[in-house]
Amino acid sequence: MGATSWGFKKSLWVFHLNAGACNACDIEVLDCLCPRFDIERFGMKLVGSVKHADVLLVSGFVSRKVLPQVIETYEQAPKPVAVVALGSCGCTGGIFRDGYNFAGPVDKLIPVDAYIPGCPPRPEAIIDGIVKLMGKL
Amino acid sequence: MSTIIPIGPFHPVLEEPEYIQLYVNGETVESADIDLGRIHRGMELLAQEKTFDQDIFLVERICGICSASHSWAASLAIEDIVGVTPPDRARYLRTIVHELERLHSHMLWVGLAGHILGYWTVFMWGWKYREPVLDALEMITGNRQHYAWYKAGGVRRDVADEIWPEILKIIDEFDKNTDMLIGAILDDPVILSRLKGVGILTKEDAIHYGCLGPTARGSGVDIDVRRDDDYGAYSEVDWDVIVQPDGDCLAVSVVRLLEMKEACKIIKQCIEKLPGGPIVTEIRDIPRGEGVGHIEAPRGESFHYIRSNGTNMPERHKMRAPTFLNIPSFRPRVKGETISDAVLIFAVIDPCYSCTERMAVLDPSGKPFMTGQDLIKLSHEKTEKLRREF
Repeated sequence: MGATSWGFKKSLWVFHLNAGACNACDIEVLDCLCPRFDIERFGMKLVGSVKHADVLLVSGFVSRKVLPQVIETYEQAPKPVAVVALGSCGCTGGIFRDGYNFAGPVDKLIPVDAYIPGCPPRPEAIIDGIVKLMGKL
Repeated sequence: MSTIIPIGPFHPVLEEPEYIQLYVNGETVESADIDLGRIHRGMELLAQEKTFDQDIFLVERICGICSASHSWAASLAIEDIVGVTPPDRARYLRTIVHELERLHSHMLWVGLAGHILGYWTVFMWGWKYREPVLDALEMITGNRQHYAWYKAGGVRRDVADEIWPEILKIIDEFDKNTDMLIGAILDDPVILSRLKGVGILTKEDAIHYGCLGPTARGSGVDIDVRRDDDYGAYSEVDWDVIVQPDGDCLAVSVVRLLEMKEACKIIKQCIEKLPGGPIVTEIRDIPRGEGVGHIEAPRGESFHYIRSNGTNMPERHKMRAPTFLNIPSFRPRVKGETISDAVLIFAVIDPCYSCTERMAVLDPSGKPFMTGQDLIKLSHEKTEKLRREF
């Protein structure tokens, strides 16, 4: 076991980046923290800066204005960092893929490790996705 | 000489990407500048490329919190073009789902306000009590958010009578929990001193800025579409419009807390009076014409205008969400306050940027659209300009 996989084995700290989501995914992410789903039992928590994070959770179709900031955030993250595309918009662009302000989806811009589809994905799906990601790392 | 404090665009306290600049002198905020536009999705143009039925699904995705409000307003606009009214059962079912949405939206705000004040207990409580409401919504419509339940002419699915006792139980429980939460929040001297007298918006300013919803009602402006322009089943049930005269953060919080009680009252009466019969009036053709639908979303009036040219796609679909009018009121509110209160004052309007984002496309001579980099450069230039002015 190398140092990297040892570091990923226990508590994953998650930085949540909203790249143009409609709030539904973001609220389901916060829902995971609250007493019913309690994602902290897996050692996960949301952190305020990407420099502290192991996982970068990107929700939303990527708009043109937010595009440089998404790439900058990814570059600022300490490597290795696992990237998760959240929701239909994050995975494919969803209903907004024909829009003129669409610059994504996320995997066109930065390498993505896991996709959690759904509009919005249920908290169970988010927990399931991230726990599966823990097994993969 | 003032210093500029940037907040955002990705700040731990704010859910969505937005950029606020505070111009401060010492501890006191002198002015503020807000830079929006990161969630602009070109919704109005997309709506023109979809059929009327698909439009309802699209406008639902304006915002994940008030999705029922937008789809109801768009349905009302289409019904206005055709000139049909939905059956009684559909009106009551729509009202129930809309009020359930108000419950979970206001409870979510209470939790976030607690989070901003540094009270994680309030956040955890609020979000714990919110979960059963989402369960009730899932029982009725089949999804926690983005219900895909409203449709022009009525609703999409009928509801079995067996689930109503379960939902009444959830509402009773929620009502009790709200009482407890109101007592706990209004008895806490620290929370009171953080909210009382902070970020005052006078009645004149509220009217001048065109504020809507709880933001306006907290400043003593007595407006509510549910009462002023009757729709749904609101005229057939007994409820009150909550108005508080003070205009500070406490008044807005009290409006939201008491509105949850009123929403519980409305839901209980609607379930009691729920009539039988069909759930949808069939709409075959949509003639040439224009229609308007507006309803009271949790944050204020949500307005939809649709023009039809006789085809199966709208020629123009104009949407306006309440946060667009509430955000500018941040400026008079924050003037003269301390930096530590600024984020709380910003959160008190319950901002929802995904509802708000819009962009003027500058294309006078057939040149390509501005790219994101250009917009950011413009924004930086504006900052520089303002910096020189101060």
